[in-house]
This record gives sequence, structure tokens and C-alpha cells, in this order.
Amino acid sequence: MARVKFLCDADRCIECNACVTACKNEHEVPWGINRRRVVTINDGKPGERSVSMACMHCTDAPCAAVCPVSCFYTTADGVVLHSKDLCIGCGYCFYACPFGAPQYPKVGNFGSRGKMDKCTYCAGGPEADATPAEYAKYGTNRLAEGKLPICAEMCSTKSLLAGDGAIIAEIYKERVMKRGYGSGMWGWKTAYSDSPTG
Amino acid sequence: MPGSLSTLKVLCAALAVLFVIAHPAAAQLSFKPTAEAVQEDKLLNALREGDKIAGRITIPDATAANLIQPAGRDWRDFQRNKLPIIGGIAIIGMIAVLAIFLMVRGRIRLQRGFSGKTILRFASFERFTHWLTASCFIVLALSGLNISFGRMLIMPLFGAEAFATMSLYAKYAHDYLAFPFMLGLVIMFLIWIKDNIPGKLDLQWIKQGGGLLANGQHPPAKRFNAGQKGIFWIVIIGGALMSVSGWFLLFPYLPADVTALQFWTVIHAVIAMLFIAAMLAHIYIGSVGMEGAFDAMGTGEVDLNWAKEHHALWVAEEQAKGRAPSGTAPRAVPAE
Repeated sequence: MARVKFLCDADRCIECNACVTACKNEHEVPWGINRRRVVTINDGKPGERSVSMACMHCTDAPCAAVCPVSCFYTTADGVVLHSKDLCIGCGYCFYACPFGAPQYPKVGNFGSRGKMDKCTYCAGGPEADATPAEYAKYGTNRLAEGKLPICAEMCSTKSLLAGDGAIIAEIYKERVMKRGYGSGMWGWKTAYSDSPTG
Repeated sequence: MPGSLSTLKVLCAALAVLFVIAHPAAAQLSFKPTAEAVQEDKLLNALREGDKIAGRITIPDATAANLIQPAGRDWRDFQRNKLPIIGGIAIIGMIAVLAIFLMVRGRIRLQRGFSGKTILRFASFERFTHWLTASCFIVLALSGLNISFGRMLIMPLFGAEAFATMSLYAKYAHDYLAFPFMLGLVIMFLIWIKDNIPGKLDLQWIKQGGGLLANGQHPPAKRFNAGQKGIFWIVIIGGALMSVSGWFLLFPYLPADVTALQFWTVIHAVIAMLFIAAMLAHIYIGSVGMEGAFDAMGTGEVDLNWAKEHHALWVAEEQAKGRAPSGTAPRAVPAE
């Protein structure tokens, strides 16, 4: 089995926000929640870079480690998913996540966090694949249809890559070799190699 | 207006000078787009403790501007490794100390037995406030401990689904009961502050170890002795810290900053563990640990002998005000 990952080649990202929009549209993401966003570092200065960021589907995921009800699980492909039936909306995954991926719909003014929502790598949730119940809670299960996440699939500059971690890392390294520069594999150190328990 | 015209002239001159100095055309020639590009490695290495890599965002959610916050890992380490040790030592340690105390010292008995006469120690409103706060505290403590330790201790017993349902209701209880708890804290502060100002007698009480260790030794005390004052201030200060930190966790969109929320969860959790440990001691001495003590918050009437042993000066005050039965020996029952 492949170990799937995201990789954003910031030297190619033009901050068009199409990945953000495509994600929201594909999954009917609730108002106020963005499973993916584009952050511009050093905006307006020479050498600014934009990075498209979502859940990185970490190895040894911090969200899963701190969840009080253990609602997270990792698929055979390395995708970190969660059960909205188990989630109690406590906010712990948001505190622990290095990438700010978990978000909560505001349900009323009091106890104001609903069930957590985050990027599913277009892989749905614990429900049976491609069912209306799965779609309503987690959005489209493109992985079950043999497709990659919509954000990476429609990226106009092929800045955002999704797929087998070894293959996309190789593609990125080839690009860096050819053009002679690269601002880094954003988030990889934090998500895949630098976690406290290895 | 000649004044504004001359200002304009000066401004133009200043701009011209700036243009010559800055020389944007030259800057453009020397600018290498790739060499000056931000590097993730450099940004990560330059981060100080608790900092984040953040940038500009075009969506309304300001928290989304944080790209990477490595401090999440420290928070995880606190939650998974440090907090269980702090909580374990505080709570299990306190239970152990109390068990040893009960075994060594035994139940603190009344020296002269029950007199049969009682004196009002806590009026009904005081008892209501106490039990309002106490019952909220117990539910808050249990539901809070469930968040920290339930996954480890309770989930294996009931399975993930039943545990998640229970935890959801526990979270609701925790959210809603916070408010009557805070109300109770405020009332307790107002009605008991006058009797809880530290004084000289408290030093004497502390020097004698409160008479807890030696049998039959009772340092004089007014309405509250130094130990009870200690409990009062633990409740007020601990409760205030719990309320402030809890307020931000109840309304996470107030600070809307992950670093601030991490800080408040750590405060909330650590104070909670110490608070629970202190309340275990309070519950112990008010029930099993001391004969005659529970009546104070039960019926509100304590035995006169108990009151004299533990709060001699308070009894004298009450007797002087005519609010307590006087005399040491039981009075003869009138014949009529």
C-alpha cells in the first residue's frame, strides 16, 4: 500500500485559492470552515511565498494522540480520518495540531463547538464508501472512486501534489534540481519525521 | 493659504530625495527572486518557544493565518505525558496520605462526647450555597477527569461508542454546571470573607499543627480556624482561576488564538488536579475524618461540645450574643 501525502511546492503556488474553492465545493463544507487554505508568508516583501495547507495526515498524528474519546483512525493508505459520531467537540485536536487543520462549526453561542471537521484527503469517513450518510458528514469519497484529492487534481500550476509520498517527494526533488531552488517541503518535517515518538 | 503650499513643497522635496536614495530601478536589478525566497527550514529554526509560522490569509477566519505551530507538540506532550503524572501524584497521593492519616490518627473523636445541646453553625442559606457549589464541583471534577483520563481508564470497559456518548453528556454537564458553580463561588466569597481574614490566631494554629496530630490538643479558633481559612482561600483562588481559564475554553472564539487557548487549558488542567486533591482532604475531614463535623453542613446544628473543642472563641462570641446555649453542664430540665 502506498503512504499518501500532500506536498505544496511553494515556488509554484500563485495563490489563486482554487484548491480552497474546489475543496469547499466538492464536499459542501459548512459555512465558516475551510479544510484547505492558502497562507502567504512575507506578503509584499521580496521572496514572498504562498503555501496551500490542510491536514497533513501526519505519521503518529497529534490529534489522534490527544483525542479524549479516541475518534481518529489512520487508514491503510496513511490517511488520518475521524468519526463525527464519536467526536464531542472538545477542541483538543485543534490545540495539538501543528497545522490548524481541525475546525468546528459554531453551533449556537454556548458550548460553541460542534463536531470537528477537517480535510479527509477526499477519503470520507468510517461510514460505508460513497453513501449519502458518508457524504453528509465528510463529503465526497474520491479515493474510493480511484481519484486523488480534488485540490491537487485541479491545481493549475501543479504546485499542490497528492499521492504516494515517495513519488511526490521524488517529483519535487527533480523540480528543485532542475530549477536550482526550492523553499522546502512545507510541513513535512513537522508531519512525517519530527514527531515526538518517531 | 501660503502655509500649506510651502508644506507641499517640502513634502515634494523630501519625496524626491527619498527616490534618489532608494533608487528602485537599481534595487530591481540586484533582486534575485529565488535567493531571497523564504525557506521553511530557516523559518522553523528561527522560531522561538511557542511561536508560529504565520502569514496573510484572504479568508475571514484569522486563526487560519497560522501555517505551522510546532507548540502543538509541546501541548500534546503536556496532555499525554505530564498531566497524568501531575494528576496522578496530586490525587492518588492525597488519597494515600488521607488513608495513612486515618490509619495512624484514626477518626478525630469528641473528647467529652456529645452534650446533646446544639448550636447553629451554618444557616440554611450558607448550607444551600455550600451544597450548590459542592454538587457542581463533584460533577465538574468527574466530567473533567473523564476528559483527561477516561480514554485510559473508562473507555476499555464500555467500548468507544458508549464512552463517546457518555463523554458528550459529561461535556454538556461540564459546560452548563460551570455557571451555577461560579455563582456559588461568588456567594461563598461574599458571605464568608469576613470570617476568613488571616489573623494572629492562625499562626498559633499552624504552629500546633491544628491539633490534628496530637490527641486532645485544640488550638483556640474563632469561627474558622487556619485550616478552614486555607480551604476557603483555595476554593476562592482556585475557583477564580478555574473560572477565568474555563471561560476562555467555553467561548474559544473570544481569544481566537491557539497559543492563548493552549495556555488556558494547561492552567485549567493543573489547577483542577490540585483543586480536586485539596477538596478530597476537605471532604475527608468533614465526614469520615472527624466526629461531629458533618452536622455543620448537614443539619447546620453542631454539638456544643464539638463547637467548644474546635471553635472555643466563636462559641464564646455566640454565647455573648445570646445565640447559643450557655454553661458547660447540661442544664436541669425545668419542672413545669
